[in-house]
Amino acid sequence: MNILIELFSYDFFVNAFLASLLAAISCGIIGTYVVSRRIVFISGGITHASFGGIGMGYYLGINPLVGAGIFSVLSGMGIQLFSSKGKVREDSSIAIWWSLGMAIGIIFVYMTPGYAPNLMSYLFGSILTVSTGEIWLMLALALVIILFFTLFYRTILYISFDEDFARTSNLPVNLFNYLLMILISLTIVLNIRVVGIILILSLLTIPQATANVLTREFGRMMVYSVGFAFLASFIGLLISYFADIPSGATIIFTQVVIFGLVKLIKAF
Amino acid sequence: MKKKLLEIKDLSAGYDGNLALENVNLEVFSDDFIGIIGPNGGGKTTLIKTILGLIKPISGEMILHISKTNIGYLPQVNQIDKRFPISVIDVVRSGKSDTALFSSFHKNTKEKEKAESLLAEMGISAIRNKAIGELSGGQMQRVFLCRALMNNPELLILDEPSTYVDNNFEGELYLKLKEMNEQMAILLISHDVGTISFFVKTIACVNRHLHHHPSNIITEEQLTSYNCPLQIITHGNIPHTVLKLHDEHENHEHTH
Repeated sequence: MNILIELFSYDFFVNAFLASLLAAISCGIIGTYVVSRRIVFISGGITHASFGGIGMGYYLGINPLVGAGIFSVLSGMGIQLFSSKGKVREDSSIAIWWSLGMAIGIIFVYMTPGYAPNLMSYLFGSILTVSTGEIWLMLALALVIILFFTLFYRTILYISFDEDFARTSNLPVNLFNYLLMILISLTIVLNIRVVGIILILSLLTIPQATANVLTREFGRMMVYSVGFAFLASFIGLLISYFADIPSGATIIFTQVVIFGLVKLIKAF
Repeated sequence: MKKKLLEIKDLSAGYDGNLALENVNLEVFSDDFIGIIGPNGGGKTTLIKTILGLIKPISGEMILHISKTNIGYLPQVNQIDKRFPISVIDVVRSGKSDTALFSSFHKNTKEKEKAESLLAEMGISAIRNKAIGELSGGQMQRVFLCRALMNNPELLILDEPSTYVDNNFEGELYLKLKEMNEQMAILLISHDVGTISFFVKTIACVNRHLHHHPSNIITEEQLTSYNCPLQIITHGNIPHTVLKLHDEHENHEHTH
């Protein structure tokens, strides 16, 4: 216990703790929407497309997360636009944005003179180096998401469950599809530092799968997902600190272990 | 008083430039009970999606004389994601969606009571908190029927409501629809002309074109001249459709 108290006297650890809590809130809620609506693959496309922005950030000398934000929102809009116009098959459209973003990122990183510092932390996450500024952004996002999903809970639920029916009842389906796509993109970008581009899909899917073992109700699934995501992030954070292994990978490993345990307990 | 609910004039519609419907005309009145039949890919679903405003017509007009929210809609079951985390009661409540926006802050007691009373009417109150994926085919269709009725619609549109249900429920459903037809117009899509023609008042055959037959009896001449590919059962010297409720009645019930 003393060790824990001691850990919390370090700023970097407090930041990491807050990051895991805020990541759990945004990813728990957004991930439930993503999983329920079966748009995990779209989210994967957005995630990888954001690497283009990170490369651009390095090249232009701006914060790579700003570039990632621009790229992920644009690719989210692009995928939504392409598939709603129906001219390109949705999965093909996702793959195009996915690989285009990665390609642009690699080209920019290559063109940037010298060594690209922290590149690995964007790819695989580094929760122990999250800055206070990033914590504030994550807090703002978590609040926006909580507010949005509380205000429009039923609208989001109805549109997600049966989009055509929602259209026949005059719900603003297109507007919500775009707004939610923006929230997905922002969630991805602001959590890149926690688990990294390659691993972020895990925060949007594994806690939700765990929650889904216990409930088949949208609202409850969100709350449980936040809980499981936080539990895994915090335990993973501690393990990675003491065992001195990469935090992102440890968090995901913890998530899978929790999922397995819940499945096992439920089976008995 | 008979009221005109909608009219479709010289309508052509389809996806990606492929016409599923061509120069279709149809009027629907408040006391109508129209069975919409036709082959798969013949444009039945395109027709109702146009009526519902989900598809824009390529040419022609679709004029609605009632509000869009006064149409109750029961989609094909296979369009529904059965693993979606949603409870029965929430599915039914989603039918009353003009109150859905900001609904977290509305007092929804009336809406909830309405949903509960519809579930009770269908005899499925006991499953109100079950997830949609735990239901049988018949239960699911009842739930979607409840949802379609939440707004007290003037027009009810059902797309293949008898898929995945047992024969018992199918008969029960059609009797219920016949009863509801006293309050609302009904458009019923089915591939099963034999069964529905017992209950509907008129039949519209959709196969790229639409022919609205003035009665629920279709003769072979009509069918061949309209190119409606229906199963015709004939016996004796006079060809006629046998419109039967159950297979075992095959040789006893037919319309002359």
